[in-house]
Amino acid sequence: MTTRLFGEPVQRREDPRLLTGRGRYLDDLGPDALAAAFVRSPHAHALIRDIDVSAALDVDGLVAIYTWEDLPDRLAEPLPLLIPHPALTHGRTAHPLARERVRHVGEPVVMVVARDRYLAEDACALIRVDYELLKPVVGVEEAAQSAQPVHDDVPGNVGAHLVQEVPSADGRGAREVIEGAPHTLAFRLDVERSASMPLEGRGVYARWDADDASLRVYSSTQTSTSVRMAVAAKLGLPLPKVEVIAPDVGGGFGVKIVHPWPEEVLVPWAAMLLGREVKWAEDRREHFVSSAHERAQVQFVRVGFDDEGRVLGLEVNILHDHGAYTPYGIIVPIITSTQLPGPYRLGSYRVEFSSIYTNTVQVTPYRGAGRPQAVFCMERTMDRIAAHLGLDRTAVRAANFIQPGEFPYDQGLIFQDGRPLIYDSGDYPESLRMLKELIGWDSFPGLKAEAAREGRRLGIGIGCYVEGTGVGPYEGGHVQVTSDGRVHVSTGLTSQGQGHETAFAQIAATELGVPLDRVSVVTGDTRRFGYAVGTFASRAAVMSGNAIALACRKVREKALRIAADALEADPRDLEITDGVVHVTGTPAAAVPLATVAVLANPLRYAFDAEAARATQFAGASSFDRPPVQEGQEPGLEGRDYYSPIRSTFASGMHAAIVETDPLTAEIRILRYAVVHDCGNLINPMIVEGQIHGGVAQGVGGALYERMVYDGHGQLLNASFMDFLMPYATEVPHVETAHLQTPSPLNPLGIKGAGEAGVIPVSAVIAAAVEDAEGIPIDRMPISPSDLFGLRGAS
Amino acid sequence: MKPPPFDYHAPRSLGEALDVLAEAGEEGKVLAGGQSLIPLLNMRLAAPAHLVDINRLPGLAAVEAAPDGVRIGALARHAQVERSEPAAVAQPLLRQALRLVAHPVIRNRGTVVGSLVHADPAAELPAVLALLGGSVRLARRGGTRDVPAGEFFTGPLESAAAPGELAVSALFPALPPRSGTAFREVARRHGDYALAGVAALVGLDEDLRVTTARVACVSAGPVPAVADVAGACGHRPPASADWAGAAEAVRARAEPEDDIHATAAYRRHLIGVLAERALRDAAREALNA
Repeated sequence: MTTRLFGEPVQRREDPRLLTGRGRYLDDLGPDALAAAFVRSPHAHALIRDIDVSAALDVDGLVAIYTWEDLPDRLAEPLPLLIPHPALTHGRTAHPLARERVRHVGEPVVMVVARDRYLAEDACALIRVDYELLKPVVGVEEAAQSAQPVHDDVPGNVGAHLVQEVPSADGRGAREVIEGAPHTLAFRLDVERSASMPLEGRGVYARWDADDASLRVYSSTQTSTSVRMAVAAKLGLPLPKVEVIAPDVGGGFGVKIVHPWPEEVLVPWAAMLLGREVKWAEDRREHFVSSAHERAQVQFVRVGFDDEGRVLGLEVNILHDHGAYTPYGIIVPIITSTQLPGPYRLGSYRVEFSSIYTNTVQVTPYRGAGRPQAVFCMERTMDRIAAHLGLDRTAVRAANFIQPGEFPYDQGLIFQDGRPLIYDSGDYPESLRMLKELIGWDSFPGLKAEAAREGRRLGIGIGCYVEGTGVGPYEGGHVQVTSDGRVHVSTGLTSQGQGHETAFAQIAATELGVPLDRVSVVTGDTRRFGYAVGTFASRAAVMSGNAIALACRKVREKALRIAADALEADPRDLEITDGVVHVTGTPAAAVPLATVAVLANPLRYAFDAEAARATQFAGASSFDRPPVQEGQEPGLEGRDYYSPIRSTFASGMHAAIVETDPLTAEIRILRYAVVHDCGNLINPMIVEGQIHGGVAQGVGGALYERMVYDGHGQLLNASFMDFLMPYATEVPHVETAHLQTPSPLNPLGIKGAGEAGVIPVSAVIAAAVEDAEGIPIDRMPISPSDLFGLRGAS
Repeated sequence: MKPPPFDYHAPRSLGEALDVLAEAGEEGKVLAGGQSLIPLLNMRLAAPAHLVDINRLPGLAAVEAAPDGVRIGALARHAQVERSEPAAVAQPLLRQALRLVAHPVIRNRGTVVGSLVHADPAAELPAVLALLGGSVRLARRGGTRDVPAGEFFTGPLESAAAPGELAVSALFPALPPRSGTAFREVARRHGDYALAGVAALVGLDEDLRVTTARVACVSAGPVPAVADVAGACGHRPPASADWAGAAEAVRARAEPEDDIHATAAYRRHLIGVLAERALRDAAREALNA
């Protein structure tokens, strides 16, 4: 019997390859390619007066040097603004190479191509760029008040301004409701910058085939199909002549969904121009100053509530630091402002954000994508309400929960996909009950008192979130059964370590009734599947998983029809087990799927013994109809797409117990508990792995990670020595429990899980430290030095 | 992140190495474990014209424990010294400190003498050498000299090793009788350079009263500074010595600076906390010695 593989903790099939050094990452490809390197701006804000390359011309192995003036036609234009929005009135993007002006340290100014990367960097070091310095604009509040524009035609440095307002049931605005509320609080919260920081940076490797007039591009990207369209458009190539492949990708976490990066169009262009293979692999220093950051926001909160802690009105005003450019639109602040209500029924809500330009690296989504800031805001608000009223923090949350009977629940907002934000399903009271049990919420006061008697300080914190996942517009799946009985699955979106080779194979094996080892999965290769959106927003399992399931169902239907002919049975009496189609209850009346695949493709030529069964004299086909019937196609394959009506909403709640050292102010996480609901689980082991990784990144954001810009716009900690990502030694053991509230929106009943782990961690740790110390925590991250400072001030 | 061009030398004998270094002068840089130098080269923060790789030199990897102390050769790796039982018996502070140096993979490559010559005031080993009053042996074409720790560290990332000189070994004096040591530090993450750290040495007389109490601080000034706090402790048994007073004396003398990871005020506070903890630990070790 075939095991039902959907829902089983199958070990990740890609791990042996990836863990033993057999992965093929971008820089493993093209060992003989020419190398590109970039002269990048050392200044945050300056005019380019002159570029003198003469000293570099003598470098041994130099092949070419390019500046903006060398770029043709469409390459000389600014890079695309990927996601336009009516509120983004002043969207601005960079040129592939700086034109006349640089707006952040790290902006590419000159591209050098040489025999290898060493020589290319030697040449870069000899190129002299004459800059006229402009006043740098650093810090979101400073930028909002600065007379100095980052872009001359953007007054006040405001790129976008958006207000969303959900009135109370009796039609009053949040401001009015707050004025009349029994209790009100107002406060400010600060969220620092961090970044995706994948272990593998970005990278591009391009091969131009002059004989075929075709281009193959390998890119360490989260969207190969869209890079393909961008490259074809920028280089003026017919789309069918461009192939883009995402090889093994060493992490993305959002930064690689942005595209086309300057290097993604410049490297293929150089490869075409030079008729040589060209490769660029980003180094860590480049990644810090020339890719993207996230998170930084200042939030001003006003809340009105009743005696039970029910929120009657919430008003949040957000200053969002967008860095120098807005290639990815205003997705991050839109997500912050719309996911802020979380699992709560707010009496009324008004949210306003201004997206501000600064002379720093651009801000685009990083795992969580605006939600960690949103949850920090909402959950810090819940804790303040509880403190104000002297109520248990979980009781205040419970008083505000949307109840299980209220789904679908319309939050009255427009989400990041441009569609109404309507929660499809969830069970928040049950989630809280499970979490309180898992962490031992009710017995914690005793534990805390006991520790206090030993001179130790313990604190507990909690954080809840709702995450819109599986955003559209669509993904597709293609499933082909070949005459050897193997099942080949492909989907256009890319993989960066999520375990798609395993999860998608589990779906296909379950749908088709074949053993897992017969199924292979290809992602991110435009030669195999050309239509896709990409991997972001916790969408791969929901979108491609469902598309693959639907494609498998087409294949299954066709297989049963062909097998029914062969077995002279009714398709409705057939099932597929272990790769064999048989009559239910009569295992002897059977035909292997491999044979069905042979029969599905009427042949003239026999290339092997199996194929001979489908040739024209083998007697397999009826004389009454054509070999391929009308409306049918040869082969046992199917293709289908999944396009959701709107996003599906996963949820979760985290709790932590921390200990703070009364003398050294060190903060240690003693326990970390997660209750997680992403609907039906395809593979609980993979989901737990996603949660662990997310919590690890969340710990980074809560306790360690900052992008330290000085007043000149210089990033002071652009290395792994000074940008502190947590090691395994800093990440707690994560205790998890799953709740499964299926989504009614898709055939598999699943919701996304990729980003979940990171979302509430900062809120949870801040709450726990606050509980341990009795000092309000209103910024993230918090370091021992910060805590020491707060102790001194309180 | 690729280094600028340099000439690479891989001498096979000490004499050859010293010749190459003499000729390279200011433009020469010694490569041993490479744990600090290679990143500096790759970031193009250092650009020596000549890199002299001493890893093929014979006889420099020894760790010799003798009655006067532990002599550590220029090619002895952190991990090798950390695991050496004779070294740990002769001077336990070595192992106590080395466990705090970065991570195992770095300790497998990095060298003790290399860390001393790098002279980073945030590193553990310069503080250890300073606290124990050790010395570094410098060889040059035509001679050698022993430089005491107090003169060896001349500034942040600056040592007394002159162009043309190669640090061939360092001597860490043995632990005297009825003495104990300890190393305490606080780092942002496991294995990071310490925000603050304190190495302590406490010695007792025959009546088991404190006669020696010294500390050396990490990340507390441009060079590792040794503070003698025997007077502040009082000539008393460890149980009644004024460790808090001694720690306060250390704290008051420390000169930490602000950086992106911590304020100077926090570092100064930490030095006081860690000094008291390290002194108490060292006294406990002394009683057990």
